[in-house]
Amino acid sequence: MAKTQITMKVNGAEVEGLVEPRTLLVHFIRENLQMTGTHIGCETTHCGACTVDIDGMSVKSCTMFAVQADGSDVTTIEGMANPDGSLSALQEGFRMMHGLQCGFCTPGMIMRAQRLLKENPSPTEAEIRMGISGNICRCTGYQNIVKAIQYAAAKINGVEFREAAE
Amino acid sequence: MNDMTPTREQRTAALEGLGCKRKRVEDIRFTQGKGNYVDDVKLPGMLHGDFVRSPHAHARVKSIDDSEALKVPGVLAVITAETLKTVNLAWMPTLAGDVQMVLADGKVLFQNQEVAFVVATDRYAADDGINKVKVEYEPLPPLIDPFKAMDADAPVLREDLAGKTTGAHGPRKHHNHIFEWTVGDKELTDAAFKKAEVTIKEMISYHRTHPSPLETCQCVCSFDKIKGELTIWGTFQAPHVIRTVVALIAKLPEQKIHVISPDIGGGFGNKVGAYPGYICAAVASIVTGKPVKWVEDRIENLTATSFARDYHMTTEIAATKQGKVTGLRVHVLADHGAFDACADPSKWPAGFFNIVTGSYDFPTAHLAVDGIYTNKAPGGVAYRCSFRVTEAAYCIERAMDILAQKLGMDPAELRLKNFIRPEQFPYHSALGWEYDSGDYGTAMRKAMETVKYAELRKEQEALRAAFKRGETREIMGIGVSFFTEIVGAGPSKNCDILGIAMFDSCEIRMHPTGAGIARMGTKSQGQGHETTWAQIIATEIGIPADNIMVEEGNTDTAPYGLGTYGSRSTPVAGAAIAMAARKIKAKAQMIAAYKLEVHEDDLEWDIDGFRVKGLPEKFMSMKDICWAAYNSVPPGMEPGLEAVSYYDPPNMTYPFGAYICVMTIDVDTGVYKVRRFYALDDCGTRINPMIIEGQVHGGLTEAFAIAMGQEIRYDAEGNVVTGSFMDFFMPTAVETPHWETDFTVTPSPHHPIGAKGVGESPNVGGVPAFSNAVNDAFSFLGSTHIQMPHDFWRNWQAAKNLGVFEAA
Amino acid sequence: MIPGPFSYHRPATVADAVKLLSTLGDEARPLAGGHSLVPMMKLRLATPEHLVDLHGVAGLKGIRRDGGKVVIGAMTTQHELLASDEIAKSIPILQETALLIADPQVRYRGTIGGNIANGDPGNDMPALMMTLGATYRLEGPQGGREVAAADFYQGAYFTAIEPGELVTAISIAVPPAGHGHAYEKLKRKVGDYATAAAAVILTMSGGKVATCTVGLTNLSETPLLADAAAKAVIGTSLDPATLKKAAAAAEAIMVPAADARGPVEYRKHVGGIMVMRALQRAAAKAA
Repeated sequence: MAKTQITMKVNGAEVEGLVEPRTLLVHFIRENLQMTGTHIGCETTHCGACTVDIDGMSVKSCTMFAVQADGSDVTTIEGMANPDGSLSALQEGFRMMHGLQCGFCTPGMIMRAQRLLKENPSPTEAEIRMGISGNICRCTGYQNIVKAIQYAAAKINGVEFREAAE
Repeated sequence: MNDMTPTREQRTAALEGLGCKRKRVEDIRFTQGKGNYVDDVKLPGMLHGDFVRSPHAHARVKSIDDSEALKVPGVLAVITAETLKTVNLAWMPTLAGDVQMVLADGKVLFQNQEVAFVVATDRYAADDGINKVKVEYEPLPPLIDPFKAMDADAPVLREDLAGKTTGAHGPRKHHNHIFEWTVGDKELTDAAFKKAEVTIKEMISYHRTHPSPLETCQCVCSFDKIKGELTIWGTFQAPHVIRTVVALIAKLPEQKIHVISPDIGGGFGNKVGAYPGYICAAVASIVTGKPVKWVEDRIENLTATSFARDYHMTTEIAATKQGKVTGLRVHVLADHGAFDACADPSKWPAGFFNIVTGSYDFPTAHLAVDGIYTNKAPGGVAYRCSFRVTEAAYCIERAMDILAQKLGMDPAELRLKNFIRPEQFPYHSALGWEYDSGDYGTAMRKAMETVKYAELRKEQEALRAAFKRGETREIMGIGVSFFTEIVGAGPSKNCDILGIAMFDSCEIRMHPTGAGIARMGTKSQGQGHETTWAQIIATEIGIPADNIMVEEGNTDTAPYGLGTYGSRSTPVAGAAIAMAARKIKAKAQMIAAYKLEVHEDDLEWDIDGFRVKGLPEKFMSMKDICWAAYNSVPPGMEPGLEAVSYYDPPNMTYPFGAYICVMTIDVDTGVYKVRRFYALDDCGTRINPMIIEGQVHGGLTEAFAIAMGQEIRYDAEGNVVTGSFMDFFMPTAVETPHWETDFTVTPSPHHPIGAKGVGESPNVGGVPAFSNAVNDAFSFLGSTHIQMPHDFWRNWQAAKNLGVFEAA
Repeated sequence: MIPGPFSYHRPATVADAVKLLSTLGDEARPLAGGHSLVPMMKLRLATPEHLVDLHGVAGLKGIRRDGGKVVIGAMTTQHELLASDEIAKSIPILQETALLIADPQVRYRGTIGGNIANGDPGNDMPALMMTLGATYRLEGPQGGREVAAADFYQGAYFTAIEPGELVTAISIAVPPAGHGHAYEKLKRKVGDYATAAAAVILTMSGGKVATCTVGLTNLSETPLLADAAAKAVIGTSLDPATLKKAAAAAEAIMVPAADARGPVEYRKHVGGIMVMRALQRAAAKAA
């Protein structure tokens, strides 16, 4: 099958590649760009491990073809740290609140959470749970992920983070 | 001393040792997408393999035509059983003493069984190839219902076993029978039942489910023809065992096999066993001379590798009218699928199911387990549990509730009445275990007080009355579960895998500047070993945890260990760490004595160094001792500061806990709501409370999923009907309840730091808590037992069967 | 799970899209959000030789008020429906329903056109469109035409779309001010299709139901309008006996499949419950 030349911006840098039309975006990112932080968990659009940000949307990159992202602005987990290399508020929140264990769902969770906080900077617990309901975590039971996102929201909003009482 | 001298508290805190909620070392890379999982391994010239799988549950393979597949651009080879026979690998041994087809040899025995392995330049070409392989099948009658497996006219599944009346675990009584395993005193138990005032009997099923970690099973095999060396990166919970298995079955010298478990995206028991994908990728690499990657997809994961449970437990309890238990009798029908690929210690065909007497003082008990074959995926792995312990805990906890109901007693009260008492430890159970320590009554009462148990029962009574008056369609259940686990396999006297004793190991090397590396025989899949192992060392030898690097998973550098599963890491490897650290400390004491010019016995340990007794200013820090170890050791002593420990535990450990679940169910739809879930765990000494809490949250979430719907279900033809995350219940943040955690501390008397292990307790104790809540909700309508999983439609079915809709 | 090979087309106009679909024939499939089609392609249950991606087509997006109607471009995503003030104001049930579809990521990509056009009985929008009396604008090689949602669905994955045709817009008459509405969906978890779902639009007058429409999702091979159920409640104040009668009338037309969500009997039973609950909640919301 003939290959197509595509270009897109990934984590702020222009990238290009030659792909078959059927090349899934997640494979383009992982194989062609060698950015392996974006993971594949279910392949049927249920688990969200492959979530990346495309033009301001959280997208499951296992269900989109790379050609469809031609000309887009893509952010992956590799683009999430602060410019100085330190952990961003969300990354720090996940660590401080023990919001991850095996780490496999974490990149997708963080990518989804950053878009959620951009759209809703002070979400309630219920809004967070709804907001990350396209992402499956097998390890944490979500409770500490919710806290991690609350921690990050507080930090971004410049307010003190208080853990909700049990 | 000036004001800058740190206090004792500051010095202790600086170590981040035992009991510290230390933030995880691993998270720095995981939160930035810089983990290194198997699918992230990319080698020059690497090929991809993918399986052609059987659409049938039971069929004869008439022919395999690969001619069209070989024409697909990028497809290099199609491997079948015939290919594998040339290297004697068409079949492989299982950990349970059975053999398993690597690729279909003459027939297929379960849906999605591996039939051929297509090797191609990339995963796209491999997928194109598998769609072009033509396989001709002659369907055979499938055997799906385990209760029909031993019927006289049941189809013969395992033709390879024809005429074999003895298996790995003794006599076989039918062509689909694998083993019978009995424990306990039958005569005494039968006698107890004969004179019992009260008895109960119930067939309690624990359905088939699957560990399903978010990362599936996968590997990269790279064979170097020149050196004759095979390197395997894989999702292995037990890399050393894999190396030995490969050496034994591939007849390669063990030193020429390098097994590397990089970061692992969850395991939960799924990644203990050896699968056809590993063998095929290795053979493909040997044949092609190139690295070959195999990555299972989700459907393959759910339908082909390592299911869990499928235990059908006929359970009887004998008791007095006052509610004192006098005997336990259990018969289990264990469905292992097409091959017995159970991942248990070799001498334990039903794992540690004989912990089934639970937390109760049964004077006598008898257990018999019959393992059988069906046309389902092979296995029987421990899904976040220590070898059939979750089955045992479910069995006894459900049965105790049934007994309470029959006696008209409160289920918590019945438990309190029958607990093994603190003064009975070490306690010898009727089925052969020696429980190390426990204080069950304290834990149970603390749980009941915290949730205000008595008030909940009153509320339930009022709600039941309202339901009967037709004022509500909601029923309320209170699920009580008190479990005792048995973890830390295990003592060499009774635990081995393929003849290798189930010890574990640690090697510590201290460097001159007061930093060090610890290498382990275990392998974290998310448990945070890089963080917690360093904490044990920090407390033992007074070096900050931050200065200790923990490394696992590379068989070339790590000492031989049996890996991470069955909550064995802390009880076994955790002890090895402490013992290795104590060897370091003993040598350090000699060096310090020499440097401080005193006798060793004049020194005392003080947080992070040695102090001369009575002369507080004469102190040498561990950091300084490390330096000295490399330049001024006492005459006659070898330089350096290293130690290795291989720890063979004297006993298992027995964590326990009290869980209470409060649930409401809408009888019209079967929709349930978990109102409250309280979990009290006693795992002995607590290494990192933050991580313990995280483990409990995760285990409870799995227990919730399993009890309330997570099922591998087959239709009558043997098709899996729950083969994706749409139908295999995988709760999101929305469905998952809020968890309350609590603890008591009863250290293990035989473990160097008193720790017992915790990772699997919440799965073991959680499932009965949920199921008992559902059963408790329905009990006032006259039901004694409703089988899991308790998904919406089955709850509705239960309500309907109990006549709720006729009354309405 | 890798899709088979195909050629990719990205037309810029509806005319070009229609031309591509009609020339390429059966081997071409339009690609909207892709969340139904791409997984099917990965399982090789769908192996189109050509994909016509509609994301580049101008004029397929957007929500506009046209007198008494709201017109929604077929490529409008669920996320855009949820963000629209116009929808919130005039057809709030659309937002209630959109929020129950799949999960946040899927809603960013999933389109209303894709949801209504592929004929999947599990999709939520078709029954709602029938309940709202929506019409679909189809463009094809022979020009454009309007098809009522009620006439569109013929069987599972079979619709009134002719070869080469494309749904370009959905037109919905704005329900009267003060109408009551509810979409009750029973599902096992986020991301699941309905075990049973019911949509209700009604108006009340003097405490009694004046007008009512009831739609049903995933209870047959096609979405259903439960006319008898709706008729049963007109003129009543939705007393328990009437609700039961409506549920029974709705159950009478349900023919769900037995699947992992439950047996037929259960799905019909909860279908009736969803109807009752949607009626009650809609009535409570009505002015």
